Amino acid sequence: MTALVHATALVRTFGTRRAVDDLSFSLDAGDCLALFGPNGAGKTTALRLLAGLLKPSSGTATIDGIALPATTARVRVGLISHRVMLYDALTARENLRFTAALYGLAAPEDAVQRALEALRVADRADVPVRALSRGLQQRVAIARAIVHTPDVLLCDEPYTGLDEQGGVALTALLRERREAGAALIVVTHNLQEGLALATQAAIMRNGRFVRHEPSAGVDPQRYAAEYRDLVA
Amino acid sequence: MTDPTRGILVSAWVIARKDLAIEFRTRSAFLSAIVFTLLSIVVFFFAWDPTAVGPLDLAPGVLWVTFTFSGMLGLHRAFAVEARDGAMDALLLAPVPRESIFLGKLLANLAFVLGVQTVALPAVSLFYNLPLGAAALPIAGVLVLASIGLVSVGTLFAGMTANTRMTELLLPVLALPFFIPVVIPAAQSTADLLAGRPLADVFVWLRILLAFDLVFLFACTVAFPFTLED
Amino acid sequence: MTPAPTGSAPAPTAPTARTGIDWVAVVAALVTVAAFVRAIWFTPPDLLQGYAQKIMYVHVPTIWVAFLALGLSALSGAFWLFLKDPRLDRFAESSAEVGVVFTTGVLVTGPIWAKPIWGAWWVWDARLTLTLVLWFLFLGYLVLRGAIDDRELRARYSAVVGLLGALLIPFVHLSVYIFRTQHPMPVVANPEGIQMPAVMQVTFFFSLFAFTLMYVAFVRARMALATDRDALEDASTAER
Repeated sequence: MTALVHATALVRTFGTRRAVDDLSFSLDAGDCLALFGPNGAGKTTALRLLAGLLKPSSGTATIDGIALPATTARVRVGLISHRVMLYDALTARENLRFTAALYGLAAPEDAVQRALEALRVADRADVPVRALSRGLQQRVAIARAIVHTPDVLLCDEPYTGLDEQGGVALTALLRERREAGAALIVVTHNLQEGLALATQAAIMRNGRFVRHEPSAGVDPQRYAAEYRDLVA
Repeated sequence: MTDPTRGILVSAWVIARKDLAIEFRTRSAFLSAIVFTLLSIVVFFFAWDPTAVGPLDLAPGVLWVTFTFSGMLGLHRAFAVEARDGAMDALLLAPVPRESIFLGKLLANLAFVLGVQTVALPAVSLFYNLPLGAAALPIAGVLVLASIGLVSVGTLFAGMTANTRMTELLLPVLALPFFIPVVIPAAQSTADLLAGRPLADVFVWLRILLAFDLVFLFACTVAFPFTLED
Repeated sequence: MTPAPTGSAPAPTAPTARTGIDWVAVVAALVTVAAFVRAIWFTPPDLLQGYAQKIMYVHVPTIWVAFLALGLSALSGAFWLFLKDPRLDRFAESSAEVGVVFTTGVLVTGPIWAKPIWGAWWVWDARLTLTLVLWFLFLGYLVLRGAIDDRELRARYSAVVGLLGALLIPFVHLSVYIFRTQHPMPVVANPEGIQMPAVMQVTFFFSLFAFTLMYVAFVRARMALATDRDALEDASTAER
């Protein structure tokens, strides 16, 4: 069986800087990789490579055996970035409808409504996004990223800007996606949050995994202490 | 999505419709382009001595100079919408061919430029007392042909300059040389048509416009994916 | 503490050696001086145009180099899009910058000839207009390059603009040609063969050769500068 997400010796350079340096891992359906690391470690670049937004300088990334950036691979990926990727003049519903149309969804209205309800923003869905608070915008952004129910969900600091209710909704959503057989990668600074969701944990530094293990037996307290030593 | 060409056009239309919805909601760029056009038409009139140069001789130049610059106003908007909040990434993530992003932007820009022209042409003919009459339809045709060429090149360059330091200044510096072979045939054929010359006389100009449209529509569509970071 | 690089990492740009004398430049300069000497003292003046015609030995080779520079710059950019070799982009940049210098030369020498022959410094003649558009294209290209810091993005955009610029030239030529033509008929690229006495022909082609050599020398020097600039940039990012 092919892994849902498979990275083989991924390298991405910018000029002479190696932002991602020889990254290999694979995730099966239901796996969640929590990715930690200091700023500039290459986490965002890694996610952009796996989303097909960047081409690797060498190595390959595949989604269910299909090499990125083929459209048949991209269609199965969702990305929650630290930017909201929304049109602020349009309402949340219009933004999601547009995404649904781009992905050619069969029942776009249902998918839009489902995503809005999952993030608990359905009641504010018909005001322009610019009139929403930062926290609500982030919820709409997450709803936009999952409107096509991706098999692979890449999350770059998804909790940033969310209020408590939003955070609870997001955690529930991520769990639900994982149980439905999606593979997740969650980049976060919050070790507790990350480890609670994860099946694998990795620490990135200078573009490489300096530590990568199944998270089942990991003690969060000790992991936090070791993390501080590793990135110091 | 079995036929790839159809897929490109369908998603282009989805993107164009979204752009027009945003424009319709905010209306800021469209209204300013209209006001700019009307103002230029008025200012141009006073830049010439009306006793020395007849309005009929002046009108084609005014029409095409305002066309060029008002067109540029709309082009900025196309990618500014995507640059804010990283929406361009969402377009690139979506399973649509890169070409349809370009064509979608192009369609929205074309609607924008033609929208401005539907105000500009009557305004010029009103202020300069033009006997449009039978020439109205052929001139409208010239406007459409010229717009396609202008928007093809302009959309591509607007996409690039949106990622540079001097967006506002760089777009005209890059794009204006490309508008020369659009403006020359357009202005010349407008003048000929206004002078009551038959359509056959301007065919040579129309052929250049048509060739420019075809070549640059194709070339810019093919070039666009190369301008994207990868 | 960086681990040994694996995969296809581009090595930092190595600076150029810059030792000794640039012999290409020396030869180019000598040949150009020789061409000037021959054109001024050893070639008879034109029967109709008199001494004004002599500027042709500068003007036409300059145009030739200007178009050569644009063509090679566009071509090199096109190759960059597929090969991604930074040297190709450096060549495109250098060729375009040298092209601006030569195009400026055309725009200066043209009017000097036009004033005595046509009676006006500037005439909206087809080929003069084309050269002016070419000049604007080159300038736009260089302004674009100056507005982008990221080397890869700069190369990418420049390649696209260069290619479209090359595509634009025939359209500008066609439209301004129909618009107005009052330039003398071409005397070199004439279908009935070259309409010039042999002594003038020798001077002309000698001059053409000299200017092309000058182009090569300029581009070489400019490329060395671009290489060193990239090397410096690589060295300073590596330090950080």
